[in-house]
Amino acid sequence: MQPTPNTYQHGFYPDERGRFGDFGGKFVPENLMAVLAELEVAYKDALQDPAFMAELNQELASYVGRPTTLHYVPRFSELVGNDVKVYLKREDLAHTGAHKINNALGQGMLAKRMGKKRIIAETGAGQHGVATATVCAKLGLDCIIYMGEVDIQRQSLNVFRMKLLGAEVRSVDSGTKTLKDAINEAIRDWVTNVETTFYLFGTAAGPAPYPRIVRDFQAVIGREARQQIMQQEGRMPDQIYACVGGGSNAIGIFYPFADASDVELIGVEAGGSSMEPGQHASTLVVGRPGVLHGAMSYLLQNEDGQIMDTHSISAGLDYPGVGPEHSYMKDSGRASYVTASDATALKGLEALSRTEGIIPALESSHAIGYLLEQGEQGKIPAGSLIIINLSGRGDKDMMTVAKAFNVNL
Amino acid sequence: MSIYSRDHLDKTGVGARLLQVHQRSLWTVVAGEKTMETSSISVIEQDGHGVPAQKITRAFERAHAEKRGVLIPYFMCGYPGIKASVDVILAAAEGGAEIIELGMPFSDPLADGATIQHAGHIALENGMSIQGCMEIAKQVSARCDATLLLMGYYNPVLSYGLERFCAAARANGVSGLIIPDLPVEEADPLQAAAYRHGLALIFLVPPTAPDERIAMAAQRTTAGPGGFIYCVSLSGVTGSRQELPAHLQSFIARIRAATQEHPLPLAVGFGLSTPEHIASVTSYAEGAVVGSALVKLIEQHQADDPAAAVKTYIQSLQKQ
Ligand SMILES: Cc1ncc(COP(=O)(O)O)c(C=O)c1O
Repeated sequence: MQPTPNTYQHGFYPDERGRFGDFGGKFVPENLMAVLAELEVAYKDALQDPAFMAELNQELASYVGRPTTLHYVPRFSELVGNDVKVYLKREDLAHTGAHKINNALGQGMLAKRMGKKRIIAETGAGQHGVATATVCAKLGLDCIIYMGEVDIQRQSLNVFRMKLLGAEVRSVDSGTKTLKDAINEAIRDWVTNVETTFYLFGTAAGPAPYPRIVRDFQAVIGREARQQIMQQEGRMPDQIYACVGGGSNAIGIFYPFADASDVELIGVEAGGSSMEPGQHASTLVVGRPGVLHGAMSYLLQNEDGQIMDTHSISAGLDYPGVGPEHSYMKDSGRASYVTASDATALKGLEALSRTEGIIPALESSHAIGYLLEQGEQGKIPAGSLIIINLSGRGDKDMMTVAKAFNVNL
Repeated sequence: MSIYSRDHLDKTGVGARLLQVHQRSLWTVVAGEKTMETSSISVIEQDGHGVPAQKITRAFERAHAEKRGVLIPYFMCGYPGIKASVDVILAAAEGGAEIIELGMPFSDPLADGATIQHAGHIALENGMSIQGCMEIAKQVSARCDATLLLMGYYNPVLSYGLERFCAAARANGVSGLIIPDLPVEEADPLQAAAYRHGLALIFLVPPTAPDERIAMAAQRTTAGPGGFIYCVSLSGVTGSRQELPAHLQSFIARIRAATQEHPLPLAVGFGLSTPEHIASVTSYAEGAVVGSALVKLIEQHQADDPAAAVKTYIQSLQKQ
């Protein structure tokens, strides 16, 4: 049966055109069409190869440290109130400190299998850049990371980590000098060096087949969490929260629960300093559909179709686009998307640090802060069982957080 | 009959605003007497000036009859200024350019190198918009006879509305569209609107394209109201280069072979800048596109007279 785009159907998309309902596709220069087709074939081939999958699972266990724990946080739950029970899916405990490694490892192994030795990637917060540099070091691949000049400044620790891992970090000074422009520059590199280069894309966006590949490699988060919550609580959660930049950690935890219609899926976008245009990155909440970076999806754009500037205290959420599967989940009503401001994120970061001894990444802090404030306002039903995807740890953000708290380091 | 069989327009219905275009063959340059499959499309006839895309075909036919290639300069609308861009475009037409690409700026031009990125950035700062590009097309088409193509990324076009965009393009004297981030797989909605308004939708073919994909682009183009194949000379983004790519001529020969069933004029772009480049390329292709080199020239002459510089340069490119 051909589902209509506005009812959620699990496991049907992407279709053969790389679409999720009306969203997705391959809006790229013709020069990339052949290599996208090659990638799709190679990926499907790898999926069918038990040796590849066994090696991936082995590396996820011994190198990445999976499964990550599903960890109950009683003191934080108390802050949320109303007898809710909050669990964190601890992606911060994965090697390199964020969920990004799940995808970087999978794609890196795929690149090696395809015989591509030159890897390029974009990065915002630097977590995907670090994960990619890590995997390239391990697999013996050349690594070039594109990063906006603004992000290089606010994530200098991660820039140093990438260099230490042997990557070349190229500063991007065009446009807004953030993640969007790093992706533009990486695509330009790819268009130019298409025969030799593998683009290790960091989020569940971009042209097909990337949204699907990234979802599949990140879905390990949700598969583990589903098993763990059943073991630990004997029932499915009522709500799952995840922050949404491009959407990879969110789709990773949402997708394996999406067939269970009673589980509420809530994506938290960056509300920045205000909801004025240019001051936030709440793409799904206030954007409208358009085409950027190869896919049809929600976008922050002006009335003339130009992409808008964004702002977020977290570099990883500072992006005017979003993965097409989230656009589909939004329009079909399967997931809902909300926004949390810089201040809310900082509040969440501080609360979790003080109650549980876990310093979350600023990105993840958006989900934490949002839930905390909803709880404080009495909006979370009594006794709810909740999972937050703790997508990364906060070490990389200490300079930014100190500055926000007016502390000189 | 010339080796190019002319399109044959046939009004369906008395006073109908709908024209059925029965195309026997739009372009049969190499195939000689070979006739193409008959195809027909519906075109909204609004202005009595015929099908806009056929102006492209006629430009190539004229050049062929005179045993020369067609020079196709590219200008960014709104660069270096809004009025100044009209002046340089008109200067190019005066210098002999028969087909002109009007660039529509976009905030995220991922197929462009630094030169055109910069020009687009300035154009946006100058307040250029899709509507502004339409105004420029209107002014240029009122004052010269050059064939105009709009070139730009998909999102602003989509945001303006595909139907509205094509109607406005036609009304303002545009003959065709080039959208570098719209491969054939995603082209149906815009293609339908463009063909309805008699506009060409021109596909880009780079060296990495397999023969089947080249044939697909040609087949779509010949099923439409007119156009050509935009041969991307190299694997990369726009920007002028010193040398022509080594395998350019054999790449063009491959396109020629792959499009035998649907012969079309071939225009080569990306990286061309000198009279020698143009002379060389037009010895085996029907057209040559020059973009970044012109943008650079305009930048160099911003303080004096960019229009005069453009005219002289366009003339020099055709001298060899
Ligand atoms: C810890 C962390 N969480 C979330 C994100 C946002 O990306 P995504 O929405 O793809 O998960 C990033 C991106 O850098 C990140 O580092």
